[in-house]
Amino acid sequence: MAKKITIDPVTRIEGHLRIDCEVDNGKVTNAWSSGQMWRGIEIILKGRDPRDAWAYTQRICGVCTTVHAMASVRAVEDALKMEIPLNAQYIRNMIIGAHGIHDHMVHFYHLCALDWVDIVSATKADVAATAALGQKLSAWKGNSPQEIKATQDRLKKFIGTGQLGIFASGYWGHPAMKLSPEVNLLAATHYLQALDYQRKINQVVAILGSKTPHVQNLAVGGVTNPINPDSPANLTVEKLFHIKTLIDEVGDFIKQAMLTDVAAIGAFYADWTQYGAGVLNYLSVPDMPMDTKGTVFALPGGYIPGGDLTKFVQIADQREKTLYGGIKESIKHAWYNGNWDRSPYEEETVPNYTGYDADNKYSWVKAPTYLGQPAQVGPLPHVVAMYLAGHAATKTYVDQTLQTVSALAGTTVGIDALHSTIGRIAARVIRCAVLYENMNVQWQALVDNIGKGDLDTFNAPVFPRGEQRGTGFHEAPRGMLSHWIVIENGKIKNYQAVVPSTWNAGPRNADDALGPYEASLVGNPIADPELPLEVLRTVHSFDPCLACAIHLVDGKKTPLGKVKVL
Amino acid sequence: MKALVLGIGNLLIGDEGVGCLAVEALGRRYTLPPSVECVDGGTAGFELLSMLANKDHVILIDALRDDREPGTVIMVEGEHVPRAFMARTTPHQLGICDVLAAAQLTDIMPGHLTLYGIEPKQLEVGIGLSPEVEAGMEKTIRAVVNQLRHFGYEVKRNGIESEH
Repeated sequence: MAKKITIDPVTRIEGHLRIDCEVDNGKVTNAWSSGQMWRGIEIILKGRDPRDAWAYTQRICGVCTTVHAMASVRAVEDALKMEIPLNAQYIRNMIIGAHGIHDHMVHFYHLCALDWVDIVSATKADVAATAALGQKLSAWKGNSPQEIKATQDRLKKFIGTGQLGIFASGYWGHPAMKLSPEVNLLAATHYLQALDYQRKINQVVAILGSKTPHVQNLAVGGVTNPINPDSPANLTVEKLFHIKTLIDEVGDFIKQAMLTDVAAIGAFYADWTQYGAGVLNYLSVPDMPMDTKGTVFALPGGYIPGGDLTKFVQIADQREKTLYGGIKESIKHAWYNGNWDRSPYEEETVPNYTGYDADNKYSWVKAPTYLGQPAQVGPLPHVVAMYLAGHAATKTYVDQTLQTVSALAGTTVGIDALHSTIGRIAARVIRCAVLYENMNVQWQALVDNIGKGDLDTFNAPVFPRGEQRGTGFHEAPRGMLSHWIVIENGKIKNYQAVVPSTWNAGPRNADDALGPYEASLVGNPIADPELPLEVLRTVHSFDPCLACAIHLVDGKKTPLGKVKVL
Repeated sequence: MKALVLGIGNLLIGDEGVGCLAVEALGRRYTLPPSVECVDGGTAGFELLSMLANKDHVILIDALRDDREPGTVIMVEGEHVPRAFMARTTPHQLGICDVLAAAQLTDIMPGHLTLYGIEPKQLEVGIGLSPEVEAGMEKTIRAVVNQLRHFGYEVKRNGIESEH
């Protein structure tokens, strides 16, 4: 008899995600992914000035602030056919890169790793053996016995207080936890170090974006950072060199700790290369424009149908008609009025909540398709596309990671292993290293361009009368993001955001084909339906994010303790 | 001596944005010394961790649902603050609770931590506060100013200070 399990919410950062699974004979046999919150940004933006849209869209989402700002200005710039000064492209690219590294690092260590790493077990590890293991894996300075001992002492003290706090909800001692205490302790050591490095890379966003968590320096037409190599209030040589130092420090951690950690987890959980593949149509867009017109990109992207790497089609330009013309959204299973399948330009957003009904409508998320098919987006599709497009840094890091995994697992692990839950996690870490390499490229390009005497950062937009349409694409940390704008007489007439989690967490589409979360869960083993750690592993491998953050403290669930009413 | 006033919430969901709006109003109406950092944290997570480091006083402002009259302001202090946020944790959610826990784990917890929670009324998609929560926000701003002054920070009202 099939048993039904419901996990709600899976994450709260971006509102609520609810996952329902049918489990039979220890395996998931069917799954439904439901976004439990309505986003509504489309309605908020209607009638507003297109130049202000980015400041609103960066509030859609708690973790993806800058990405929605970026896609928004690009949509307006596409509608107005604008060129963007080189300095502005490079500064934006560095913000994109730093934000991406931050996002990938926090996801890997602080959100996803605890599905695989048992923190309580780490307190039982032998320190010398852990240090020896770490030194075998890489030359990372943070693998010294002193660092590792300090981590273990800290964990013991923290757990000893009885208040697990950040670790309170882990599945410690679950039968699916398989790492040795030493591997657990090594990962926990890097977990703590990652707290410092995420802070360093976020400083780059803060310096360039003027503020964090919400950047202030964007504008339709460029950025508002005045560049003056000598004036202290502006982007100076000193600030640029400080940024370079931060990039280098973070790069060492990514190369010597993160990449080896993900290889170790991959090798010890090699069985997870068999689960979680799901939808194998992979979609990504090129990003990091290197010219004013936005036709040359530092990072390639493209489409791979059905996981067949020989059928890879590179997408050369974010403005290709095959790209924006190929995207539609279906509301057959989503809580909106009607049942259509349309281009985002032609959509209307009329919410109509009719209750959770798995056979009909069961989510606030629409179901997007590319060329009529559901598609998976995210670091995995992007890394595979960059690899196939011959991107040098990607090739280096993919090959190197697969070699390390093969050596640790004692068997040859090829690129096909990436089509899996664990492969999705590995691809995210590889992309983090690729972004680091690209940060250096962008930094050098900016410094060289300023050196030539070009200090331009902004072209003023001009809004003609009548209607203009534009799309803003961005390869964000969670995958391909697109904002769609229709402008009429200088005001927003229609606005739609097709976010990565719409692609991945979407419900069944017009043809009732499963969305990527849903498809990837089918076939996953479940050791204990009461503690469905395996479901979380696969869903978390996508870096779940429903683009709407509600952040309210709810005192009803747990009494608040001592409070004073003012 | 250093302080951080951090407003959190989502500006696009009515009363949910009260923390962000309170911080914005505070920064606009008052002149704060450089030792007081005033930040609209939105719904961010770990980006906020670095702001907690090396602070003597941290004041958080957020919407807080506790079944009270809309606009009611409650104050929670010290160790009770993480607990208030704990009410919402489920596996691996990275929110302000986790940021506080990470601060605890890395020994950067501020010496003094206060949370002002305002009971929301309206949580529909849209920009702007209900009148009740707007009044709660005003009460909170006055309380935060008084608290900062009590700690010894020089907080000056821009223009005429009519409410005292």
